[in-house]
Amino acid sequence: MTTITGQVSATDRPRTYPGEARWLHPMAWWSWAIALAIAASVTTNPLLLIGIVVVAALVVDRRKPQAPWARSFAFFLRIAVLIVIIRVLAQILFGAPTGTLAVLSMPALTLPDWFAGVRLGGTVMLEPLLQSVYDGLRLAAIIVAIGAAGSLASPARVLKSVPAAVYEVGVSVVVASTFLPQLVADVSRVRANRRLRGRREKGVRALAGTMMPVLHSAMDRSITLAAAMDSRGYGRTADRSTGDRLRTGVALLAGIVAIVVGVFFLLGTASRDWENWGLAIVALGVISAAASLAFAGRRSTRTRYRPNNWHRADLWTLGCGAFTAIAFSAAARLDPVGMATSTQPPVWPSLPVLAVVGLVVAALPAYFTPVPPKDER
Amino acid sequence: MIEFDDVSIRYEPEADDILTGVDLTIAEGEFVLVVGGTGSGKSTLLSSINGLVPHFTGGVLRGDVRVDGRSTRDHRPRDLADIVGVVPQDPLASFVTDTVEEELAYTMECLGLAPAVMRRRVEETLDLLGLEELRNRPLRTLSGGQRQRAAIGAVLTAHPRILVLDEPTSALDPGAAEEVLAALHRLVHDLGITVVMAEHRLERVVQYADRVIELGGPGQALAIGEPTAIMATAHIAPPVVHLGRVAGWHPTPITIRDARRQADTLRTLLTGQVPTIRAVPDAGSSPVASIDDLQIHHGPVLALRDVDLHVDRGDIVALMGRNGAGKSTLLHTLVGGLAPSRGSVNVDGMDPSGLAGPELLTRVGLVPQEPADLLEAATVAAECAASDRDAGCEPGTTRAIVALLAPEVTDPTHPRDLSEGQRLLLALAIILAARPRLICLDEPTRGLDYPTKARLATILTDLAEAGHAIVLATHDVELAAEVAGRVVILADGEVVADGPTSQVVTSSPMFAPQVSKVLSPQPWLTVGQVQRALDNLEGTA
Repeated sequence: MTTITGQVSATDRPRTYPGEARWLHPMAWWSWAIALAIAASVTTNPLLLIGIVVVAALVVDRRKPQAPWARSFAFFLRIAVLIVIIRVLAQILFGAPTGTLAVLSMPALTLPDWFAGVRLGGTVMLEPLLQSVYDGLRLAAIIVAIGAAGSLASPARVLKSVPAAVYEVGVSVVVASTFLPQLVADVSRVRANRRLRGRREKGVRALAGTMMPVLHSAMDRSITLAAAMDSRGYGRTADRSTGDRLRTGVALLAGIVAIVVGVFFLLGTASRDWENWGLAIVALGVISAAASLAFAGRRSTRTRYRPNNWHRADLWTLGCGAFTAIAFSAAARLDPVGMATSTQPPVWPSLPVLAVVGLVVAALPAYFTPVPPKDER
Repeated sequence: MIEFDDVSIRYEPEADDILTGVDLTIAEGEFVLVVGGTGSGKSTLLSSINGLVPHFTGGVLRGDVRVDGRSTRDHRPRDLADIVGVVPQDPLASFVTDTVEEELAYTMECLGLAPAVMRRRVEETLDLLGLEELRNRPLRTLSGGQRQRAAIGAVLTAHPRILVLDEPTSALDPGAAEEVLAALHRLVHDLGITVVMAEHRLERVVQYADRVIELGGPGQALAIGEPTAIMATAHIAPPVVHLGRVAGWHPTPITIRDARRQADTLRTLLTGQVPTIRAVPDAGSSPVASIDDLQIHHGPVLALRDVDLHVDRGDIVALMGRNGAGKSTLLHTLVGGLAPSRGSVNVDGMDPSGLAGPELLTRVGLVPQEPADLLEAATVAAECAASDRDAGCEPGTTRAIVALLAPEVTDPTHPRDLSEGQRLLLALAIILAARPRLICLDEPTRGLDYPTKARLATILTDLAEAGHAIVLATHDVELAAEVAGRVVILADGEVVADGPTSQVVTSSPMFAPQVSKVLSPQPWLTVGQVQRALDNLEGTA
């Protein structure tokens, strides 16, 4: 092993060259996307929310790799549109007519008292309608941001960065994520083949007919995969005592509980006092969880092939995301009216300067990050 | 290297043994081929080498399997991953990561090798298997042969001393199979790896083997020996061996070279004889199916271009060509499942894409690549009843056809529990219930053993004689030579050859059947033809 020690450092941290095609660290994309989602969550200003969707789409368009999993972004966009539509429809059907500006009047139907007296239909007011559009947009923008991460960073590359201790969980997630597209392909193949038996019916009956072969082949595939992973050494771990395992498990669980409780304090209360306590509990939880992960990870014998490294562009991407999240949060404190566009009475949304700067910065990774390596197809 | 010490395996405590009393030693660096019919326990034997049987599959193993001194009793498959590399039948289903390079590294990561070692071995393996160009490619976009090589590379990086392969070439076209076998040959000779391989397509592999293990089936003893010795008496043998038996050659030839060196007398004997060709029933006035100037797009990709094809009554047409050349696309167009962007498809006077129900089924039927895709009921009986309803024919029609094609299939069996061959025949029976004028089959011989294949060949010939037109897509040159009157070769979506089988297959070494290679320049294609000619000679003498 002595002859190759020189190479270890070389492969551990390969140099990068400007303009060279390489993968950005998947965690850089994910943290950038999560920051965008955080930014979206603090505002109901429709212009800013649409801005976030546009920024996400721009970056995906310029930096998505030519791989099958990168095509999922269109799917997330569709989900986002669907969310807005459902939110608006729900408002029209079930919403209370609080407001003064009527847009549409429909026959109303009040359900009997034993059904909680829910009112269906009736006059649709502009104010609650706008509010539902803004709420829907906010959720849609969050979904689009997460979808962007999903198509910018391959799920398998994300797996390479998860701590060794939770590797097993990560594997199941990745296997599931490659399974879904395969399942979709199976369904369309089996449906096409139903023609061969002269069937034309659609709907539930057709679905029942396709389920059998599809589930069977999915089952067969998972057994094959499990056998293949077992034969290739998956799950070889250094011997660990049960006590060790228990201690790490408890520490991890306690850490996670602490984080949840802390976040609850942070978000759920108005008092500064509780906020400070919340911060302290979150910090404790993070330390406990990180320590248990590191401890458990030391016991794993797995190594990583060409691990992802943080280079300048990766850090800048992370920074851009962080800047946007902070800019939006700051704007929400400094300019609450601009960030939460009023619907009572409805006004044309303003554009808080700080948030707009945040949006521009969030779009920068579309230009300065390296392009992903090209496949031949 | 591998020792089986009186090993018996059964999957249920009450069931019969799959393998009984196996005593076997495989030395380091040997290339061992495992042959046997469907259900003879080939996969069980292979999986027991790295302990998947019984650790993963369950079941009872008596006796002891030792690999490099380690017993599979106390070593799980994952503990043997550094010694035994297993390449499963369907590589795509066994890939864990999503690009070639990462897949090559996966086993090493599990074994915990140092990053620098991993990097070096990945590069070596990419070169060794000719995968360098493909290193960043998503595994799903690879062709069949490339996938198989990537799967071999993925286990090879761990530097195993033993490689176990389950039917590595059965889904591949002749060219891709050559590619994979050449890579294996190199591993055995350059690296001294021990290879244990199961394969139905003996004509492709038997010449590479040092020894052959023949499994007789449950309850029967296995035979192991030199290929020539085993092949002299084996039930399951490639055409060249059958030719040797018919011609009475000793020792039994297992390669084309062996056979050609003994073939002089046979060739002289056969001079002046002509191969018998199946009588084709009267073609009728118009073709059963005709395709004119066809163009099919899959998204932006042109899958088929300028294809013309006419199939008459009683014709058997074999579609051949690489994986992805457009064979399946053409078949699906014939049943109207794909809409042409130009040109016309006509089956029995109608465009099939507008048809459904009995209207479609009486014109054209297709047995897809996965016959199981057609099956959805929980028993064979229910499946047959559903088929009668679909086709609008008398109850019991399908069941009667099943009884004819596969008499051993029983009513209460779940279609998934049938063997690959039985499932194919069940799907074929369902298609036949409506008596379609055109029958299409997509890769019907994948995973079939020789006896089942011979049965299929007889069935197809009978159907053609009864006036059905048949189009089959296949990689199996021997099957094409056996049944097809005409061969159409597709390449990159275009028809590159279309003519009588004897002319098309003999003109390229890739598609020539073994008998033709042995007896060329004479026009013999199958052992059956030679046999009949010899019988004739005897009769006249």
